[in-house]
Amino acid sequence: MSAVAPEWVRPGPTVNPEGSRSARARLVTLALIPAVILAAMLGLTTGAVAMTPWDVLRILTGQLDDPFLHEVIFNLRLPRVLVAITVGAALAMSGVALQGLFRNPLADPGLIGVSAGAALGAVAVIVLGTTVLAPLVLPLGVLALPLAAFAGGLATTWLVYRLASRGGHTSVATLLLGGIAINAIAGAATGMLVYMADDQQLRTLTFWNMGSLAHAGWTLWAVSAGFVMLALAALPFIARALNGLMLGESVATHLGFPVHRIKTLVVITAALAVGASVAIAGIIGFVGLVVPHLLRLTIGPDHRYLLPASALGGALLLLLADALARVIVSPAELPIGLLTALLGGPFFLWLLMRQQGRLG
Amino acid sequence: MIASILHGRWPLPASWRLTAGQVPTTPSSGSSCTGIQVRDLWVERQGRTLVDRANLDLEPGNVHALVGPNGAGKSTLLSVLAGETRQNHGQVTWSGRPLDDWCPNALARCRAVLPQEAVVTFPLTAWEVAKMGRLPHRTPEQDTPIVHECLKRAGVLHLSGRDYRSLSGGERQRVQMARVMAQVYETGPQRPGVLLLDEPTSALDVRHQLRLMELLRTDAARGRAILVVLHDLNLAAAFADRITILEGGRVADSGAPRDVLVPATIRRVWGVDCVVETDTHTQCPWVRLRYGASKPHCELESLP
Repeated sequence: MSAVAPEWVRPGPTVNPEGSRSARARLVTLALIPAVILAAMLGLTTGAVAMTPWDVLRILTGQLDDPFLHEVIFNLRLPRVLVAITVGAALAMSGVALQGLFRNPLADPGLIGVSAGAALGAVAVIVLGTTVLAPLVLPLGVLALPLAAFAGGLATTWLVYRLASRGGHTSVATLLLGGIAINAIAGAATGMLVYMADDQQLRTLTFWNMGSLAHAGWTLWAVSAGFVMLALAALPFIARALNGLMLGESVATHLGFPVHRIKTLVVITAALAVGASVAIAGIIGFVGLVVPHLLRLTIGPDHRYLLPASALGGALLLLLADALARVIVSPAELPIGLLTALLGGPFFLWLLMRQQGRLG
Repeated sequence: MIASILHGRWPLPASWRLTAGQVPTTPSSGSSCTGIQVRDLWVERQGRTLVDRANLDLEPGNVHALVGPNGAGKSTLLSVLAGETRQNHGQVTWSGRPLDDWCPNALARCRAVLPQEAVVTFPLTAWEVAKMGRLPHRTPEQDTPIVHECLKRAGVLHLSGRDYRSLSGGERQRVQMARVMAQVYETGPQRPGVLLLDEPTSALDVRHQLRLMELLRTDAARGRAILVVLHDLNLAAAFADRITILEGGRVADSGAPRDVLVPATIRRVWGVDCVVETDTHTQCPWVRLRYGASKPHCELESLP
């Protein structure tokens, strides 16, 4: 560089306190990949029918031809594991995106009402899909449920964002209070729809508030996974911009980022991911809060690493939680939303206590 | 491939890209940022006139101080120049071209802005904050030495590993200054760049105020154009080539410190009495406020 730079800009010897952190970030992100694969294997082997990893591998590759085990793997456990990966990645990723947008580590799709809005959209399709909303829902077929969840998530994200940010600043108090109000409104509307529902619809709905990975079929999973892939494709665009946004919207503008376009993209990305996960698994809280926070402590806040690492971490967390939910009350199973709330709730309290001085 | 996607490079037309690394649509680098002209600038927000027909010329190689009472429109004027706020009337031209014609990224690579305050809620180190200034550039291999050099010049190299949020107000301001310097670092003598600084000395102790102003003078000597909002008239008098006084959104006076800093103007704009002497050492004007002779405190409420 000395060939092009004049003498006065030639720097001297350097320190680089950041080097070790980005090396660690890369290492942690890479290490999460085998961890997710191992956890997926754990999910495939755990359950009422005992199986060794070797059996699972042979069934997956078609070498072991046992119709019963084949049925268990392909119709029960594999969809479940894939759903856990999709939902975990989607929730953690949208958590990071929303936290970056609001510039606050307390933004979580469940807390600020995005999940509730998405659930309202989905419940409306289930209850009213054959009557009032039929002209809208029937032509969309299997897409109706995730699309409605996406629309509900989009509307609430936009509303919360409009509420909480004024002139480039975000008020945390307004954000959380707005989240409470939106959760209450969406909850009440969902409750009214549940009240109107018939018995069969009720059975479909019961898992919604607690969250469950057990009810998704292959089709719904494939559609929702498509949504999540769309959101994943947007990540490279927003990672650098979210880094710029960490110093505030006006600084990001000064650094040459098209801030308005980026905010729109982040809102749509988060709503896509949350909509997809709510459509297949109902409301699962705290994943979007816990995973990014822990990873930020480990690898720092650089979104180029934080976004992919959180997607992997979310998948890992949900795979492990699902395996646990199936083991503790075996042969029955705990709704996974209850489990994440049981673990995530105390974590959130701890976070609040640590942040006491700065929350304002 | 994966690495390039992670860093925001994506095979799409430039107009679709959402990161700061857009291909510049500007002419050759030699002609960039050779001066800023503000003509008849008028900014109105919510029925209030913030800037009222202001004119301003920012020349390369000059330190231009913007002074005026609280709420005189200094920050608004600065944010229009930064391309952040849009004017209602009037024109801002950079190197003879309207500001709107510039690609935001090309602008970001030769112009840096220091805001009055920047709130950081994530656990960024001072180093990482300073490195943000390199986001508009695509020079990963040069970033480390440049950030190092800028932190050193801002006198905060020893803080690089510290959490930004744990720093004192003055230390934060110096880290932000390092970020700003890193953003326009290698523009060099051919592309001197522009600095827009909103009260860069507000939290600094006297030693660092002097160090910063001397730093700005060195930068200006290399051809950089610097607009700096100040409250200390004596700092402005000692270090600025030109001073523009804003009052209620209007330019009350503009020119060399000696011509602008006169008791009559200061009394009219700020409502304080003073005598202006000449510093025997530097030959700069020296504003000595006369305590007790200005309007009593109770009248401050009714000042315009």
